[in-house]
Amino acid sequence: MTRNTGIISHFSKGLIKNNPVFVQVLGMCPTLAVTTSVANGIGMGLATTFVVVMAAAVASTIDRFVPNQVRIPVYAVIIATFVTIADLFMQAYFPPLRAALGPYVPLIVVNCMIMGRIEAFATRNAFVPSLADAAGMGVGFTGALMLLGGVRELLGNGTLAGVTILGSWYRPMLIMVLPAGAFFALAILMAVFNRLQQGGKLVLRGAV
Amino acid sequence: MEYIAILIVTVLVNNFVLYYFLGICPLIGVSKKLDAALSMGIAVTFVMTLTAGATWLIHRLVLEPFGLPFLEYVSYILVIASLVQLLEMFIKKAIPALYKTLGIFLPLITTNCAILFVALFQAMRDYEFLEAVIFGFGSGVGFTVVIVLMAGIREQLELSDIPLPFRGAPVTLVVAGILALAFMGFTGLASA
Repeated sequence: MTRNTGIISHFSKGLIKNNPVFVQVLGMCPTLAVTTSVANGIGMGLATTFVVVMAAAVASTIDRFVPNQVRIPVYAVIIATFVTIADLFMQAYFPPLRAALGPYVPLIVVNCMIMGRIEAFATRNAFVPSLADAAGMGVGFTGALMLLGGVRELLGNGTLAGVTILGSWYRPMLIMVLPAGAFFALAILMAVFNRLQQGGKLVLRGAV
Repeated sequence: MEYIAILIVTVLVNNFVLYYFLGICPLIGVSKKLDAALSMGIAVTFVMTLTAGATWLIHRLVLEPFGLPFLEYVSYILVIASLVQLLEMFIKKAIPALYKTLGIFLPLITTNCAILFVALFQAMRDYEFLEAVIFGFGSGVGFTVVIVLMAGIREQLELSDIPLPFRGAPVTLVVAGILALAFMGFTGLASA
């Protein structure tokens, strides 16, 4: 394997094969909470991608100076710093989006997907592979949120990214934008994902 | 009266797990055995109550007077991480029996998003000290109720024939969805 294909495979494994939402079942709070529309899903996904890439970049650079016992607080502070940057940026340039995401923006700090990438990959690998890995996971996460947001917005509101798709004949399923609908929609998407991945084989995925 | 209203709202109406989607990871991960779920719930309640009090002090006595709101997330997560660490050391020394039950769950709690949410929420809602502590306690109780219910249901699920693609996480989410539907019945019971 040449150097380049290595980087590409670090990036691409987060998209489908190790998708943080559908396969690893990580970062569930934002996944369920903000995906009432496509726009919210994209906003949360991009903010999370920014934080995971930056935090992985810093973590993979400084990991040799961090004593093992205090690594969790250290990385938590690094993540919290980038979340603060992302939050202030959104407050300044995208106030409606920031208002829609509400308290779930600060909760990016405790998104276990981010700490997971730092613990499992960034601190054990060099700078460039860590960046590729984090970016792949971020994009995979964003894609999953967009998909879930799309399904819930379409069924719950008849629109997609604000554009009316299902006309006036459609009676929106209000439950899809309520909390219960989030659980059902994600469960069904996850089951579809499992089915596609299993193909003919009897593989148990997403099982904890 | 107000304290009771806060308690009812946090436990039943705006339940942390089913309304705000907080603490889903332990819900999927830990809620397979009833006794483990109960221990996790008690540990979370304990940490949440302490966190609410500690972050109230930080918010009111440090961040607000010195005009440092941008340090909110960083300071809260540090407080939570240190609090959990401290608690672990204290319980290990003082009450070894409790440590045996709660031990493995304590480090996990740092990354439980529900804890940070307690800290942020009490600051956002401008609670008084006692209100904040009750809010933290109630949130923990609400989490415990759901995770214990979930564990009971999942112990039964193990015996049932679930379609293969739904096994594991998806069926747990379906159960959580049904629980969320049931808890919607509490809407309007009280408001805070």
